[in-house]
Amino acid sequence: MNLIRLAWKNLTFKPLSALLSILLFALSIGLISLLLSLRKQADEQFDANLAGINLVVGAKGSPLELTLNSMYHVGYATGNIKLGQVKAFFNPKHPIVADAVPLSVGDSYKGYRIVGTQPEILDWYGAGIDRGARWQHDFEAVIGEEVARVNGLGLGDKFRSNHGIIDEGEEGNIEHDDDFTVVGILAPSGTVMDQLVLTTNQTYWHSHDDHADSTAPAAAPEAGHEDHDHGPGPGEHDHAGHDHAAHEHNHTEDHAPKSLLDEDPEKEITSLLVKYRNPSSFQALSFPRNINENTDLLAANPAYEISEVRRRFDSGQQILGILVLAITIVSALSIFIALFSSLRERRYELALMRTMGAGRGKLFVLIILEGLMVAVIGYVLGIMLSHGILAVLASNVQDDFRYTLSATRFLTAEYLLLAAALFIGFLAAVLPAWQAARTDIAETLTR
Amino acid sequence: MLQARNLSFRYPSGEALRFPDLNCKAGETRLLLGKSGSGKTTMLELLAGLRKPDEGTVTIAGQDLGALSGSALDHFRGRNVGMIFQTAHFVRALTVRENLALAQNLAGNPMNNDRITDLLAELDLAHKADSRPGELSVGQRQRVAIARAVINQPAVLFADEPTSALDDENTTQVIGLLQRRAAAVNATLLIVTHDNRLTGIIPAQTRL
Repeated sequence: MNLIRLAWKNLTFKPLSALLSILLFALSIGLISLLLSLRKQADEQFDANLAGINLVVGAKGSPLELTLNSMYHVGYATGNIKLGQVKAFFNPKHPIVADAVPLSVGDSYKGYRIVGTQPEILDWYGAGIDRGARWQHDFEAVIGEEVARVNGLGLGDKFRSNHGIIDEGEEGNIEHDDDFTVVGILAPSGTVMDQLVLTTNQTYWHSHDDHADSTAPAAAPEAGHEDHDHGPGPGEHDHAGHDHAAHEHNHTEDHAPKSLLDEDPEKEITSLLVKYRNPSSFQALSFPRNINENTDLLAANPAYEISEVRRRFDSGQQILGILVLAITIVSALSIFIALFSSLRERRYELALMRTMGAGRGKLFVLIILEGLMVAVIGYVLGIMLSHGILAVLASNVQDDFRYTLSATRFLTAEYLLLAAALFIGFLAAVLPAWQAARTDIAETLTR
Repeated sequence: MLQARNLSFRYPSGEALRFPDLNCKAGETRLLLGKSGSGKTTMLELLAGLRKPDEGTVTIAGQDLGALSGSALDHFRGRNVGMIFQTAHFVRALTVRENLALAQNLAGNPMNNDRITDLLAELDLAHKADSRPGELSVGQRQRVAIARAVINQPAVLFADEPTSALDDENTTQVIGLLQRRAAAVNATLLIVTHDNRLTGIIPAQTRL
């Protein structure tokens, strides 16, 4: 019967009062750990998805919306731009632009977005091909690791795209008639590439040829909503009645892939991802403003837009932080009160322990141990709580925000949190422990 | 085994008391008698090292208690002194067996489960070994208190009004047990009491 066992027995003797302290403590630790994990993982993903991209160019609208749509594949595009408007960006002798990748977005497959682009984008994001090869021809698709895993797609499998950005399982979605063929599957990269279906820009034109003039890549901000309650309204693209015969088999012929620069300048894409030659040069710094003031294009600096988003998160986190601090103080108080009031009931047994040979130091340690036990149990429960919430969040967040959360990842900060938990437990117990150590046998037992 | 010389104690109120000298041999049983307020509890506290006398010395098993302080005194008491109080107190969260094991542990002795089992059997408490103290009757609790007091084979057993809460039958039983257990470990037994039922049983008496 050593002190640790005795402390444990004392704790479990009055389980209800111990439970309150433990739950409060678990709540506090759980929230702290949850905030830390969310923040850390969000920061990392934002950074990974920046992929060295200096500029996003698209149709006029909200720069944040453009950035989120083109880089994080969340929300809707600001509109479309004509190839002719952006041809200059592809000039290899451009003084500012080192490289540019065109994006066409707007269709999806079972909730995963289909992006028409050039294979070069894989190098930007550091995503490697796990199986198969890069896409070359229209209607060839390279799919992200998660897309393949979730939908059970393998090399050579065929699938049809949905018009618009639709979540899996929704009724009334419009299928395009053309079959995509999986030619490659990406290795997991921890970036948004894991959740995309990649193909050529030209594929979009084939799927949307019939109404290219009005709605080309179905990327208008309201495209997704239209599809939710789709009815072939007036002036609306009437998919049900489409006759795709004209181009239906085009893609199966092995025509050589055509450079985007050789295409009709009236054709549309959604946006352009741009890397600078020298991001810190004066020209590069004023480049977005020049575009925004002098052209019909919108140029957005993704790093800046994302830091704006983070700033908004930060103020929210501060409020949460204060809340967490308050809960932590209350939980420490609850440990303190539980121990202190138990001393009143236990003064006889504490005095008794002294007659049995326990010095004041032992009584002090006993009460401290009881405080630490609450802290440790609370810590373990709290960490379980936060990672349980992460696991639940992970499945929701992945669908809604193209954002991968790991519930099984533990941060160094969480180990430090254990030290902090022990310190709080000690602090809450130190006064009661001192009180216990002052127990006087003569005053207590023989009166 | 137990000696007291020239003991005096001054209360914070200023009232001072002098106590008679004691010289008890190992295995001896002695009553410390006195009316309420005569200072017998104070003398017990001085003898057990729970209070420091203003003058005089207490020696237990050759050790002058005045030379010990703090944890050393607590530790010495745990090993050499067994105490039984008017009301038996226990660590409420522990079973009878665990309370006895705690007494062994706090005295710095290795845990000896056989000794606990034997002792409980001798005190007719074997069936209560795994009960919590709160589930016992008053008489049973006093017997467990005796078991705890003798578990470490102390040199001296102090009993403070051990029978005042008991009826005649339990009193006879408890005093008998006390004497037998003290004799079994060859301990000096000092009973502080104003209970006249005991004066007929125990001849060696000191009056305050």
